[in-house]
Amino acid sequence: MDLTFSPKETAFRDELRSWLADNPPDPEPVDGGEDARNAWRKDWQRRLYDAGWAAPAWPVEYGGRGATLTESAIYYEEIGRARVPLAANTLGILLGGPTLMVWGTDEQKERYLPPILSAEEIWCQGFSEPDAGSDLASLKTRAVKDGDEWVVTGQKVWTSGAHYSKWCMLVARTDTEAAKHKGLTYFLMDMDQDAVVVRPLRQITGEAEFNELFIEEARIPDANVVGGVGNGWKVALTTLMNERAGLGFALQIRLRQLLDDVIAEAARKGLLEDPLYADALADIHVRCESIRLLAWKGLTDVERYGQPGPEGSLVKWLWSETNQRLTQLAADVIGADAFTFGDSWSYELLRARGNTIEGGTTEVLKNIVAERVLGLPRLKAAA
Amino acid sequence: MDFGFTDDQREIQRTARSLLGERAKPERVREHAEARTTDRELWHELCELGWPGIAISEQYGGGGLGRIELSILCEELGRAVAPVPFLPSTMASTLIEHAGSPEQRERWLPGLASGESLGALGGSSDGTADLVVGAGEADVIVLVDDEGRARLVAAGEAEITPLEAIDPTRSAARVRAQRGDELPGDVPGGVDRALVAISSELVGVCERALEMTVAYVKDRKQFGVPVGAFQAVSHRCAQMLLDTEKARSATAFAAWSAGADPDGLAEAAAMAKAAASDAGREVTASAIQAHGGIGFTWEADVHWLFKRAQLDAAMLGGGARQRARLAAILAEKLTAAAPA
Repeated sequence: MDLTFSPKETAFRDELRSWLADNPPDPEPVDGGEDARNAWRKDWQRRLYDAGWAAPAWPVEYGGRGATLTESAIYYEEIGRARVPLAANTLGILLGGPTLMVWGTDEQKERYLPPILSAEEIWCQGFSEPDAGSDLASLKTRAVKDGDEWVVTGQKVWTSGAHYSKWCMLVARTDTEAAKHKGLTYFLMDMDQDAVVVRPLRQITGEAEFNELFIEEARIPDANVVGGVGNGWKVALTTLMNERAGLGFALQIRLRQLLDDVIAEAARKGLLEDPLYADALADIHVRCESIRLLAWKGLTDVERYGQPGPEGSLVKWLWSETNQRLTQLAADVIGADAFTFGDSWSYELLRARGNTIEGGTTEVLKNIVAERVLGLPRLKAAA
Repeated sequence: MDFGFTDDQREIQRTARSLLGERAKPERVREHAEARTTDRELWHELCELGWPGIAISEQYGGGGLGRIELSILCEELGRAVAPVPFLPSTMASTLIEHAGSPEQRERWLPGLASGESLGALGGSSDGTADLVVGAGEADVIVLVDDEGRARLVAAGEAEITPLEAIDPTRSAARVRAQRGDELPGDVPGGVDRALVAISSELVGVCERALEMTVAYVKDRKQFGVPVGAFQAVSHRCAQMLLDTEKARSATAFAAWSAGADPDGLAEAAAMAKAAASDAGREVTASAIQAHGGIGFTWEADVHWLFKRAQLDAAMLGGGARQRARLAAILAEKLTAAAPA
């Protein structure tokens, strides 16, 4: 057991930390709405890209640094710690690119990877549907072959950044006769066509982070199939597996920062001497540290022993519940502002309700833990 | 970063698990629990193997290994709910070695390392410790008071009243002593190391409770299916795993800190004991619940785990007390970080 970082890892952290200190992003635009904000985040990714920091985990041949899992986690920790935004094309960097590296043809890699990295083309994800959430494989969006094109019709939901995206990672049903996991295909769909209508989805915070996509006979060239027709479930799973690993470390640091802010505020108000507040804050501190340890244990076990322990499935579950507890406690520590729109704490309080739903509900995560880690029998789903 | 054990540590774990699997089977534990006796035969065997002295330095006849190795043994003994006074005796030797004078170490450590003498450790207030696990058969008792001072009391110098604790796998007693031989060194550091040992035992208790529960709910059928297929049951099991892994990671971190980062130990030990105390109680309570009616019977054996967890969790302060300590540590850090 050695819970310290190697000299190489420390050097990686130091280099990034000092680069971030010397090259802070411009202040977030206050006017200009989503367009200005999007331009600002693209500009930030461009600067990360110019300095070689857009996607350190990508192999050197694709413009990354070939960073190890640990270094990549350090990268997200430092991005979180510096309180700078994530790259505008985080979905392309974490999901799209790595999926192409595994399943894409040489032509696809050559065509799509460079603009992902440089933020010239933003990517979004078209997996979930109104009737296919946790049960993703039951999705209904259809793709029908027409010459050397596919014609796609259906509806997607929870697509973030759809307005600004050039490419959508789309999973659609290409064979209605096959078993539900087998008739799916993974496409790259050009968002720049009239057949794709984007409608913002207003969420409980009042803003619209996500969108609905209405797709009416959109056209996708056959060359944009990734990983072969009928192989979409497998290809999509590659992407989903990539989704959590890196981001988890940024979220973990973000939780730590919020907790530190609440502790400081509680101390200022003398609430640290109140045993009930002290107990609740210390409990969240223990949870927060456990998340850090479990996340690092999950990651380094993969690195050293080739397979994750049970921790992998526990981190997101524990993080999401802890963030909800923290933001709830923060509301009581902060007081009136936390219940008023426009305050960051009221935003955190409301936004946190999504944490136990997005990227796998806690209920589904518990099923995964019960079935895959503990080996408990699965209750037969209704036909 | 590497959370894994070394080959030697894995070997210790493997050996301990197979030995206790043989020698501390449930029926044997029950036999001693019902008679309220220590398993002498097992204890002698453990002494032969050098277990009681594993973390005591070689100069006093110990094995000279670290807190991680000790942690491994505590965890395995917790899994087995072994009816031996290993934990109380180890806590006493930990305090004596860490905070004792050279004379005190010389006087007590060789006997504690070989297992010929037994120790116990308890928190006391006004000269009285209400419940000291292991005190019924201890030769030396370390009493830690509310101000963080500790003194050594030889069994003959104390008034020891045996108690019938709910966990009958180890002796327990009320200890009253007005005098004693004060430990001059770093008592809080010693107590933190003792907290890590208790936490490790609790992790083992949790692990076993979860294993027994998973095996039971796979086997037990109601409404034509194994009850483990119902999410009300399977999600409870998942929660047991989460609680166990939380406690395990915090405890591993604290055991590592004791050797590699002593400055961080106070915080790490408080976190470990908070997580392990809560997990110990929750997970063993869940084990009883998931076993249904059977879980409430004497024969089912899960109650030994629940009872062990209850006493371990209370030992030197449970979740609430550790969190109060943590809050104070956090407040201190904040003051230290604030600009003057």
